[in-house]
Amino acid sequence: MSDDRTTGDGLLDGVRESDLPQWATDLGLIAGIVLATYVGFAVLGLLTGVSVNAIAGFLQTVTFYAAVYALVALALNLHWGYTGLFNIGVAGFMAVGVYTMAILTAAPDGSPAGLGLPIPIGVVGGMIAAALVGFVAALPALRVRADYFAIVTLGLSEIIRLSLLSGALRSFEIGGTEYGTGGGSGIRYTPVDSVIPWLLERPVFGFVGDQLFALGTILGIQPSVIQGALYTGVLIVFVVAFYLLLTRITYSPFGRLLKAIREDELAARSLGKNTDRTKIIVFMVGCGLMGLAGILWQGSRSLVSPDSFMPIVTFYIFVALIVGGEGSNTGSVIGGFAFAAFLWEGPRFIRTIVRTHADVRAPPTIYDAFVALGGGDPLALVGYMIGTLDEIRFILVGVVLILLMIWRPDGLLGHRKEIAAATDLSRRPTATDGGQTGEEAATTGGETDE
Amino acid sequence: MSTGSGQGRFSNVTAQDVVGGLLLLGIAVLILDLIRLVVTGGLPLGRLWAYVWNGIVDSLYIGLAAIGLSMTYSILRFANFSHGDLVTTGAFSGWTAAYLVGGLGVAELSSRLLLRADGGAQPGSVGMDVLSAPLAIVVGLIVAAIITIGVALAIDRLVYKRLRDAGGIPLLIASVGVALALRYLIAFFYTTETRGVVASAPQPEAPGFLPMETINLHEATLVISALTLILGIHLLLQYTKLGKSMRAMSDNKDLALITGIPTERVIFATWVIGSGLAGVAGYLIVLDRGQITINLGWFLLLLIFAAVILGGIGSIYGALAGSLVIGLTINLSLVWIPADMNEIAAFTLMILVLIFKPDGLFGGVETA
Amino acid sequence: MSDVETEPTADAATTTSEDSTEATGSRLDEMPILRVDDLVKRFGGITAIDGASFEVERGTITGLIGPNGAGKSTTFNCITGVHEPSEGSVVFEGTDITSRRTHQIATEGLVRTFQIARELPEMTVLENMMLAPQGQLGESLWRSVAPIARREVVREEEQLRQRAWDTLEFFEIDHLAHDYAGTLSGGQRKLLEMARALLTDPEMMLLDEPMAGVNPSLEKKLLEHVHELQEQGYTFLLVEHDMDVIMNHCEHVIVMHQGQVLAEGPAAEIKSNDEVIEAYLGGEV
Repeated sequence: MSDDRTTGDGLLDGVRESDLPQWATDLGLIAGIVLATYVGFAVLGLLTGVSVNAIAGFLQTVTFYAAVYALVALALNLHWGYTGLFNIGVAGFMAVGVYTMAILTAAPDGSPAGLGLPIPIGVVGGMIAAALVGFVAALPALRVRADYFAIVTLGLSEIIRLSLLSGALRSFEIGGTEYGTGGGSGIRYTPVDSVIPWLLERPVFGFVGDQLFALGTILGIQPSVIQGALYTGVLIVFVVAFYLLLTRITYSPFGRLLKAIREDELAARSLGKNTDRTKIIVFMVGCGLMGLAGILWQGSRSLVSPDSFMPIVTFYIFVALIVGGEGSNTGSVIGGFAFAAFLWEGPRFIRTIVRTHADVRAPPTIYDAFVALGGGDPLALVGYMIGTLDEIRFILVGVVLILLMIWRPDGLLGHRKEIAAATDLSRRPTATDGGQTGEEAATTGGETDE
Repeated sequence: MSTGSGQGRFSNVTAQDVVGGLLLLGIAVLILDLIRLVVTGGLPLGRLWAYVWNGIVDSLYIGLAAIGLSMTYSILRFANFSHGDLVTTGAFSGWTAAYLVGGLGVAELSSRLLLRADGGAQPGSVGMDVLSAPLAIVVGLIVAAIITIGVALAIDRLVYKRLRDAGGIPLLIASVGVALALRYLIAFFYTTETRGVVASAPQPEAPGFLPMETINLHEATLVISALTLILGIHLLLQYTKLGKSMRAMSDNKDLALITGIPTERVIFATWVIGSGLAGVAGYLIVLDRGQITINLGWFLLLLIFAAVILGGIGSIYGALAGSLVIGLTINLSLVWIPADMNEIAAFTLMILVLIFKPDGLFGGVETA
Repeated sequence: MSDVETEPTADAATTTSEDSTEATGSRLDEMPILRVDDLVKRFGGITAIDGASFEVERGTITGLIGPNGAGKSTTFNCITGVHEPSEGSVVFEGTDITSRRTHQIATEGLVRTFQIARELPEMTVLENMMLAPQGQLGESLWRSVAPIARREVVREEEQLRQRAWDTLEFFEIDHLAHDYAGTLSGGQRKLLEMARALLTDPEMMLLDEPMAGVNPSLEKKLLEHVHELQEQGYTFLLVEHDMDVIMNHCEHVIVMHQGQVLAEGPAAEIKSNDEVIEAYLGGEV
């Protein structure tokens, strides 16, 4: 007789053997991985002589991107992992969120002009706009197959990006003011992270901030890094909120319906479930969350341009989600972190280490690097590789994606049993306790026992 | 065209009818407007001809790439997102070969081997056009096909073969990984710089029966090569046993297996033909545009998908017809909309077709 | 089994809702629970159903038989809205459900199982069961998420859990409750599908080859369950290939051939029908 606590073959399933409630073990799992990674990078950095400030800066960047990827991966998990909606237009929905926010909050005397509304209204507006575009995109989801839907969403995200880029929407006049998307040069607006200085003037947050800045001075960490870390802290709050919301959704009858749509939509319909309506709702919610995640991601910049929303961005998020395991919210968070720490920022850390030790200059081409290697100078090739680290990183991402598909399509946590119900289903109404064969159940179970 | 599709629910059929009708109506209105513009002189005939001609040129290289994408979609059953980067592979490998041959003794090996990654070997000084270096251009064309085929077969062996029965979505995701790895492997060697590698095309005067004043010889090379290859594919599909097996497999893989068609051999042939044509397409695009970049194929991919979908996935002739529609759409749409929005028109058309006529504009073999 | 033509079952409801309000002399009681009129279904140039008409009486176990390709599964698909009929009408409980959508038809109280069981493989047997009940509060996103409404959802879940366990016990697959449905044997899946359909509180169940792939001992149990449920007032229409099942367990048999209803009547009568023997039994028995 299988028990839902022990079945499944995820790499990290062993953790669930304990008697702690699941959220506690999951929290422990996430915290453990994050801490181990921090310590690993810090030790590596200190041993190789990287300055404390550089290490702190690196870890803060890792955490920032980890939070961003976790946010979007959680939203995508709702679409793909739970409902089976293969949405590869994530970048487009994020663009809608960010641009709406930008137009709502940009200064009325800017070029292009905005409405000058406060940030919270911009954020909510961005979410609503992304959800509405999601509604439009969800309509085809009702009738096309998964791979067609993928192409529809990718097409839509490109239409959004190209529209933002186009001269036609660059600027238009309404009542004597030039509004618009700014085309390729984008829009200037109030960044979300301007809440940090505001927060620092509030009592409790300001006190904590002061302590952190003081601590930074002692350790030799620059205030800009601390400032960044504070904004990252805001993102982490949102990650927790996303996580709680999505866990709530997935452990509910609504989540059960989503899973049923993923597994076999016709079967769900035949049981009287209005799957069309459910798909539209869940798609809109996911898109709204993607819009919000986009706003938070771009929140430390005061300028948004269409180049931030190339289709490749969507695939980064897919890698993050696949690493963690689609279908698991905890997996999404871990995947987002692993992607940011090891695939995205990790290679840059290696560059930092190399640069602190050797004066490597990148030769202009790999031909020159090989010529130098032939002449007994291996540093030129190292230098070339350091110089093309961004390209190597993309190769790495691609290879990881391929290997995951071949060896571990369920990711780290994807095959774990997460029962979609609002209550623990394992408690039996009768005294019999799950451990008997059918014959025994036939004699002892049944309605007569009650 | 609309009432024939009687499958599915009545409500859907009505929606399909409505949208199909609107689409036809829209096209009719546009054609009428086009005639009006020509008659009233709002659109000079020469410009209209230029749009149509560019549309045909675009549709030919899109078509070459679309054949391969359509074949892998129907025979291997997945949307291959790395197909665009096979196009890029062909462009880089072909032009490297062309430079190695054509620049011999003129430019340094380092510049030729890495396609001017160091900025040396100006295309003009190397004489990289069809009249000055015809041999180099032809060698490049052949090498583009061969290397791309080799790369595609290697990828199939390393990646896709292990995922044959994994289903469409895992294969799609793996192909995204392949696309990334392949593109940036090229970038690792050739750098991410966009650069000109072809000298400006010789433009002799056109013979009197053609509606233009001069002939762009590079465009002409593209058109002639593409048409020859398309004719070759047509003959192969219609008159050889292999071609018949391939058509059978794209119709129904299970049935083909039962009737004893050697699947792996057909898959091999699919990659050879599909990637060979993709490689040639990439090479010819660079010949026409003069510039090369690692994003060449990736940026083209969605247009290729659009062509395949418009023509009905699985149908090679459909893919060619779809390419013509896409090529003409992105060029003729310039009559009404600015140039930076023409792809939006093409993608919108693609989405509408996917939703309302998933079998393609002309019906198609795939009926799932 | 009783002769339903003259003796409507006590449980017959006057309305489509679950509560069985007794209403004597109602016209609905004498009406067949399901009426199919001149059903036609074409796929492109192929006519799968070519003017089929039949009725299913309340409280019966009715068999639908016919050789392969006779249009049995397509008929099921047309009745349940999976396919849109090209012509004809389907009336359930006095309501025309011809152009209704699959989920609406299920909500009316007409549920089906599939020829190849459609369990939800990566959900546990219990999750499969918990999905089925109609009108769950928690199926609304708002109620599932909002803290105020969530308590009600949890309470409902506890009740549903009770029903799910009871039904699993009735079908004697409760020992599999925590297994993934995809790991079940073919026969167990059939049981699960039927148990799941039952949890929707249907009036009538369409069973598409419920015995296919089920081992003899399970088959016996399954048939017992069907009879037990019939006594509780449920109506069954089942497609089946096993003639013994049809002849021994169905009061009424409908024979389809080439998309049309060839014969209809009590099992014994069908057995001796020459046309049926020629079209169908002749080949197989």
